[in-house]
Amino acid sequence: GNFVSHSLYLHTVEGVWPLPQSFTSSTERYPLNPKAFYFGYGRQSAAQQDCSVLDAAFKRYFSLIFPDYTSGSGDKPFTVEIRVDHADCDSYPNENSSERYNLSVSAGQASLNAETVWGALRGLETFSQLVYQDDFGTYFVNKTEIDDFPRFQFRGILLDTSRHYLPVQAILKTLDAMAYSKFNVFHWHIVDDPSFPYQSRTFPDLSSTGAFHPMTHIYTQSDVRRVISHARLWGIRVLPEFDSPGHTQSWGKGQSDLLTPCYRGSTPSGTFGPVNPVLPSTYQFMARLFKEVSSVFPDSYIHLGGDEVDFSCWKSNPDVRAFMQKMGFGGDFTKLEAFYMEKIVNITSALKKTSIVWQDVFDYHERIPKDTVLHIWKGTPASYKEELSRMTKAGMRVLLAAPWYINHIAYGQDWRNYYTVQPLNFSGTEEQKKLVIGGEVCMWGEYVDATNLTPRLWPRASAAAERLWSDEKQTSSVDEAFPRLQDFRCKLVRRGIRAEPLHVGHCKHEYQGV
Amino acid sequence: MITALKFTLLLLALAFAQGLHYNYIDELDKEAGTVRAVQASQYVSLWPLPQKVKILDLSFKLTSFNIVDAKESSAGSSCSLLQDAYRRYYEYMFGIAKRQGPRKSRLTGPSELTELQVWITSPDSECDGYPSVTSDESYELSVDLPYAVLKAPKVWGALHGLETFSQLVYEDQYGAKSINSTAISDFPRFAHRGILLDSSRHFLPLKVILANLETMAMNKFNVFHWHIVDDQSFPYLSRTFPQLSQQGAYHPYTHVYTPADVKMVIEFGRLRGIRVVPEFDTPGHTQSWGKGQKDLLTPCYSGSKPSGSFGPVNPILNTTYDFMSQFFKEISTVFPDAYVHLGGDEVDFTCWKSNPDIQKFMDQQGYGQDYKKLESFYIQKLLDIVTTTHKGYMIWQEVFDNGVKLKPDTLIHVWKGNQEQYQSEMANVTSAGYKTLLSTPWYLNRISYGQDWHGHYKADPQDFNGTEEQKKLVIGGEACLWGEYVDATNLTPRLWPRASAVAERLWSAKDVTDINDAFNRLSVHRCRMVARGIPAEPLFSSYCPREYKGI
Repeated sequence: GNFVSHSLYLHTVEGVWPLPQSFTSSTERYPLNPKAFYFGYGRQSAAQQDCSVLDAAFKRYFSLIFPDYTSGSGDKPFTVEIRVDHADCDSYPNENSSERYNLSVSAGQASLNAETVWGALRGLETFSQLVYQDDFGTYFVNKTEIDDFPRFQFRGILLDTSRHYLPVQAILKTLDAMAYSKFNVFHWHIVDDPSFPYQSRTFPDLSSTGAFHPMTHIYTQSDVRRVISHARLWGIRVLPEFDSPGHTQSWGKGQSDLLTPCYRGSTPSGTFGPVNPVLPSTYQFMARLFKEVSSVFPDSYIHLGGDEVDFSCWKSNPDVRAFMQKMGFGGDFTKLEAFYMEKIVNITSALKKTSIVWQDVFDYHERIPKDTVLHIWKGTPASYKEELSRMTKAGMRVLLAAPWYINHIAYGQDWRNYYTVQPLNFSGTEEQKKLVIGGEVCMWGEYVDATNLTPRLWPRASAAAERLWSDEKQTSSVDEAFPRLQDFRCKLVRRGIRAEPLHVGHCKHEYQGV
Repeated sequence: MITALKFTLLLLALAFAQGLHYNYIDELDKEAGTVRAVQASQYVSLWPLPQKVKILDLSFKLTSFNIVDAKESSAGSSCSLLQDAYRRYYEYMFGIAKRQGPRKSRLTGPSELTELQVWITSPDSECDGYPSVTSDESYELSVDLPYAVLKAPKVWGALHGLETFSQLVYEDQYGAKSINSTAISDFPRFAHRGILLDSSRHFLPLKVILANLETMAMNKFNVFHWHIVDDQSFPYLSRTFPQLSQQGAYHPYTHVYTPADVKMVIEFGRLRGIRVVPEFDTPGHTQSWGKGQKDLLTPCYSGSKPSGSFGPVNPILNTTYDFMSQFFKEISTVFPDAYVHLGGDEVDFTCWKSNPDIQKFMDQQGYGQDYKKLESFYIQKLLDIVTTTHKGYMIWQEVFDNGVKLKPDTLIHVWKGNQEQYQSEMANVTSAGYKTLLSTPWYLNRISYGQDWHGHYKADPQDFNGTEEQKKLVIGGEACLWGEYVDATNLTPRLWPRASAVAERLWSAKDVTDINDAFNRLSVHRCRMVARGIPAEPLFSSYCPREYKGI
């Protein structure tokens, strides 16, 4: 036939990022005229007109496909016809949502078939990346066949809105860029030691005293709803993290008695440590807070943190020590921490939510509920592989972030390191490997705010996106990925995303802001 | 051009006045000990720190305020440089909205400051001139009743004084502005305080260059070193040799600097007291030149045949020097600054070695196999050419290292090595009697995780073994942002506030070295840049009263 491997035509048909699982295209190309270009629902599609997710997507993708509205050559109409099996237009994407699609581009039309609207969104993104302009501005798309699905179901980005406040606009823009790389989970590390910007309905004092500023540096309920609904339209889940018992300094400002008073000798020193695990009031507070959180955030997962708990304050406090005695924990404070986390996990379980916790919780406490997801963030490749083996051997589901701490910057092309990660290259059975549900790129906020977030995140995070979406064998060469990623970053710039360069070179349309 | 300038100003002046918060201390963070909280410095938010500052505990309100020329000033309303600066700083301090409508005279309270009078004291204000390495940048500022006075011999000092004045203004929670009674006497420690931007590895749209000139002025930088062309692309549109950019730019129309663009950069810089020093680096770093100028580069050979690739500028052809004469003649008229940077770094000899004509020439000249002598031969001829255009020149240190004969007023630009090496280079250069300028510790394109500004802040260009006379030959330094990994998408946050650390080192007194005090002031200074619409990145966990609103 006239189908050849796409790699021969990278210069005429720029690649798709992340690389689809199966992709064939030919040199046969069709001009597209924006004035005769249509999206439509197939007759057999379960979703039809008024499907909120797809109608919104058509509007978005029209401008993404035709960034400048030149009248194309030829007036042959071209229709992208969408057929989905389930009319899940008003739902939220979840952990089981199929994102599979197939896309067939031929003369005058493209058919996009998917099980769900979320799969259709991924297919529209792919289609938008297939369209290109020649030197005279005419739009083209080549004859193409694609069958595509993600390698991992969980492909996340963590943003930290506590160390620096990120204006809602910056979050929304990041969600846009996430969809361009087919990320599907926004892990919102919303509060931490430095500030508590989440405005709680139940406990408004948390943000009015714990935020950097009670009016300008908070997320109101409607801000949160806006983020969630924007994310939904892009097929992105919003996973909130309320990290405790450590990383909670800012909580203490608005909730008295929540944090452990630290002692110097026999008197309180005036400073506070982690959440106080010995008071019943702590758990009453947490139950009410998580009840609110579970109703505000529709996703079935909640991230409970549980990392980096410093025991020195607990150790100093006589009430905590008395409690340790009573419980028979001896001097082992990891038992106290396990006691606390178990109670918190039980609270969220009662709310019908799945808990995610940082790896620390597993490291000191191996009998956590089986449906808890463990999040690996520490160590060298050797040590996180070891951790993957141990956790999956214990039958736990795992999420990998350790190799993708993208806030750690270095001179040069560090994206290559993010690209060459092999998430399943650890010793374990096939069953164990299936327990790795995906990975996450973390952008911690010590040195990041709205001024530098976007160029630090993109296109470096896109390298991880391909690792999490595409087939590992087909994407084993960093050097082959390089020109495709360069093209993709210029696409991001063209779409108004301040994505930084990989190396010397230029984009046809450079970023025009400052 | 005027319209375009105004447009840029509007874009830049998302004109918020800075929010200087006395209650900036985050007590809880302090207690936690995990976060180093920003505390109030006795010099509040002044950056770079002036030579002499006295701030009293007496504050004046600024409700109906104006910046005017002092009656005695030698620069009046016809000095558009100053009038422009008044408007710019007014907008930074009070925002655009308040400019609407005539200012009506009204009764003012006893503690209200209504006027800043700007007084240029020397008969020649230099209002219509260009700044130079010998420009007087000093100023004195007195904030007191009945009005504040900014005295400066030349407009250049007045520009710096206006920036300082704007840094003294602070606002309360509800946006009301105040300023404390203050006396400042200020001048720069070094005359040459530069930023290098590289528009060849990546093309930088004009807007980005102008925004960074604007930010340079906020940091009292005074030299824009424009590394305008290099191997990768030749965006400078030459009137004499239009093929250079036609063939050598990334794109002949969208990725070039036209004569009008260059003029705009120069004028935008001049209005902010910033010199524009262009660099046309040869004989290496010239791959892009070869595309539009036949026979300029050396053909490399593989065995006895040309390989099809090219090396450095061909130093043995007369046509090379004819070209350079015409080219630098143009450059000397386009760029008004007294200096041009001629590069001269990193010349790779392998191509010269491969070329039989070059070998023959080497024999004729009796150079043996010493290609440094050939390089010197080239540079020597180039320097003679540039001398005829009545320009001074700057060159990278290799030219000095290779023993090229140089005019005594040549500036040697030190960029290589580790601390020990650059300090000994500075000692060598100055003991040979040359003026020098340091960049080695300030390669800001090199990024790493964490607060690397500490290292930039601690480097001192006069820290080397040498006499007082030698130290005086150090005229300053430059922060370099090479472009391999930098374009308009990430340039500004990568440069600021990291370059601000260099700015203070080059402006303030040698003993201004308290890194904690610097952190406190720089944190507020970076928020001020953000409030002025510049995406300057954070130093550490904290917040700005007005966060960056771009995306």
